[in-house]
Formats: sequence, C-alpha cells, structure tokens
Amino acid sequence: MQVALTINGEERSADVEPRTLLVHFIRDDLDVTGTHWGCDTSNCGACVVLMDGEPVKSCTVLAASAAGHEITTVEGLAHDGELDPVQQGFIEEHGLQCGFCTPGMMLTARALLDRNPNPTDEEIREAISGQICRCTGYLNIVKAVRWAADHTAAPIAGS
Amino acid sequence: MQIPAAFEYERATSIENALELLQQRGPEARLLAGGHSLLPMMKLRLAAPEHLIDIDPLAEELGYIREADGEVRIGAMTRHRELLESELLADRLAIFTDAERVIADPIVRNRGTIGGALCQADPAEDLSAVCAAVKASLVIRGLDGERVLTMTEFHRGPYETAVGEAEMLVEIRVPLVMNAGSAYEKVERRVGDWAVAAAGAALRLEGGTVAEAGLALTAVGGGVTCERAEASLANQMPVEAAFVAAADLAADDCSPTADQRGSAEYKRHLARELTLRALRSAAARALGEREY
Repeated sequence: MQVALTINGEERSADVEPRTLLVHFIRDDLDVTGTHWGCDTSNCGACVVLMDGEPVKSCTVLAASAAGHEITTVEGLAHDGELDPVQQGFIEEHGLQCGFCTPGMMLTARALLDRNPNPTDEEIREAISGQICRCTGYLNIVKAVRWAADHTAAPIAGS
Repeated sequence: MQIPAAFEYERATSIENALELLQQRGPEARLLAGGHSLLPMMKLRLAAPEHLIDIDPLAEELGYIREADGEVRIGAMTRHRELLESELLADRLAIFTDAERVIADPIVRNRGTIGGALCQADPAEDLSAVCAAVKASLVIRGLDGERVLTMTEFHRGPYETAVGEAEMLVEIRVPLVMNAGSAYEKVERRVGDWAVAAAGAALRLEGGTVAEAGLALTAVGGGVTCERAEASLANQMPVEAAFVAAADLAADDCSPTADQRGSAEYKRHLARELTLRALRSAAARALGEREY
C-alpha cells in the first residue's frame, strides 16, 4: 500500500506492506536513519519520534496509521544549520555517552518544552520516564533539558 | 526483528463505516485503536487478525471526556494521557487519575486508548477494574443500534468481552454522584510495568454510612469485581474495621496464579492490602479530605 506522510517538513511516500512499522518505514523506506531501533517492544524509547508534535514509540505504530500525519525525527530538530537548544544542551551538559537513546530523548525533550517551557526537574524526569539510557546518564540528560529550557529565548509577545 | 504477520489494512472513515467493514470482513477482522496492546500481541503471534480496521481517524470524534445528565461520558478513543490530564476526572473520579499515573509511561499514554484497553481485556490491564469499581456502563454500537452493558456483563474474562463481531465500544459512562470518593492502588515491579496486583475502590456515603460500594481487582484472577466484599460494606460506617472485613473478603474471593511477577500467596496478600488502602483513600476523598 502507498503510505504518504510529512517528515521533517517534507512530503514523502513509499509503497510498503501494511504491517510495516513506522520505525522501519522511516529508516528503511525513507532512508532517514537518525531514528534508532531498539527493543521492538515499546519499552526502551530509542525509536521515539514526534507525531503531530507529540512523542510516540515508532516501533508500535503502523506506518499506515501515520499516513497523513506530520512526523519529526532528530534530523528535523536543527533549523538552517542552527542546532535546537535541546541539541545544544546535550552538548553543553554532556547529555550523551554512547548516543543510542539520544535522538528519542531529545525529541521527547522538545515536545515537553513546547508544552511547558520551564519544567521542573521532576517534570523532566517524568517526561523521559518511558525511555531507557543504558549508559545511565540520566542526571546529565535532565541537566541538558534544563539547559535548553534556560537558554530558549522567551517568545516575543504577539508573535 | 518483531513484525506482525501479514494482514489486510483499511482505515475507517466513520463509526458506521467501521461497523460495515467489520461485518464485511467477518470474524478474522479486528479494530485497531491506539495499537499499544494489539500490535505487541501481533508481533508475538498471540494475535493474528487477517484484517485490521484502523479507527485512528475516529480519534477526534470518539476522543472526549464530558459531563452530561449526571454522568461523565468518555469516548472510546480517548487516550490515556487525556484521562490523566482531565480536571473533571481528577476532581470527581480520582480513581482514573490514580490509575493513569501508573499505566505504562507518558509516551505509551499518548497513543493507548480507554476503549482499546477495555476491549483487549488483558487480565493485568487497569481500566477494567477502574470502570468496574465506579459501576461504569459501556455503550456498544452495532449496525442495528446501541446497547448499554454493565462492566459485569461486558468483561467476560481474560481477553474476552461481550463486544460482538460487527460491534464496537463507543462510549464509557460513569455516574457522577455526591459524597462519593474513589481510589486506585497498584503494585508493579518497576515503573511502567503491568500490575503484580491492583485494587480499585469507590464509596458513596449517605448520612455517615456507606450507601454504595464498588470494589474491583486487577491481575488476580479472571473476574474483576468483588461482590461479597462490596455487599459487606453496605450500611457500614466508613471505618477501618469495615474496610479490613471487606479487604479480607476481596482477598478470599480472588484467584491469583503464580508467575514471574510473584507467587499466588503474595498476590493475595497484595489484593487484601491494596483493597484496604484504596478503601481508606476513597473514604477520605468522599469525606472531602482530598489527599491528591
């Protein structure tokens, strides 16, 4: 079947089996490989992407169900060569070691900050609680998200 | 790589269309709601439907929590996250808020739906006990119209409900009553896991005594309701002795089995202790001492 969706602002489509999972559709059919494929069981959160701005585990969403929706992957975070504050925060606070969980962590952080620009550490921990970092770098991940919150220019009133 | 077995896929354009598709495709067709119970089962070949009818396009139409005619009405496609964030539920039916805090994780809660959870009827799934405790009614629609069932009629056992082949659950209705409180208590091995055991309680007080009690358990046997324990609370003062007696009955009547989450003995112990805690909390909320 033909599945068409928007990924990082670009309309893409591919002919796939209905049973194709979103994570494989993104990586193998669209060749956008920044999204990581981890546990296959909706436990680890490595495959998190944003669907219409909200984080989902793409190993547990059919590509077919995502048709017509807007998907954002880690490749969609930077704009015009400028890193998203969340990405910069992961650099500044050493928010990654092996990097496997990082794309999913950063996307969840982006969605959190979009809804809640100044979250408490508790809220950051809650937001990433469905994702596993096996380097156990949680402390620095929380600091990285905190950095992004602290370094995001306040939206200009009326804009 | 875990991939479901092959199936034919269709997207429903309306409730009517979903029902027509179910009828045309026959017994090997299944509805796909949020997919966070069904897809994992399909990957493991515990489910292998030949036709999947995706009702994600109905998420808007069937995604709501509203008050009407003395009830809270919840659309079947309402996602866990919306249940968790509902102020109406937190204020009047806190059992939903208690349960949603400990269902999976925030990202899974973005997709999973109440209707999907109830229809999957996993024995360790939380919302069946929540709905049973608050005496919810389930609205099931077929091509010939609607029927409304109690949780006892709806929930037939593990993975089995009263929803027929060409029918779908469209709404959950929960009575809104005064002087009432409800709570859910769960023990899990780690954050986001299925329950080792859990208990839901709802109490309505009248003139200082219990006018109506609802008790239900998760993951400790096929059924979810605890009729003897509920009956024992009728006309009792909402005090510890009554709660202990009810918790004993709930624990006696459940039928846990040993698995990797614990022994039958441990689960029965939890059934008693969690029923007791849920009753204490429900009573405190009914009396206005809201501790949440």
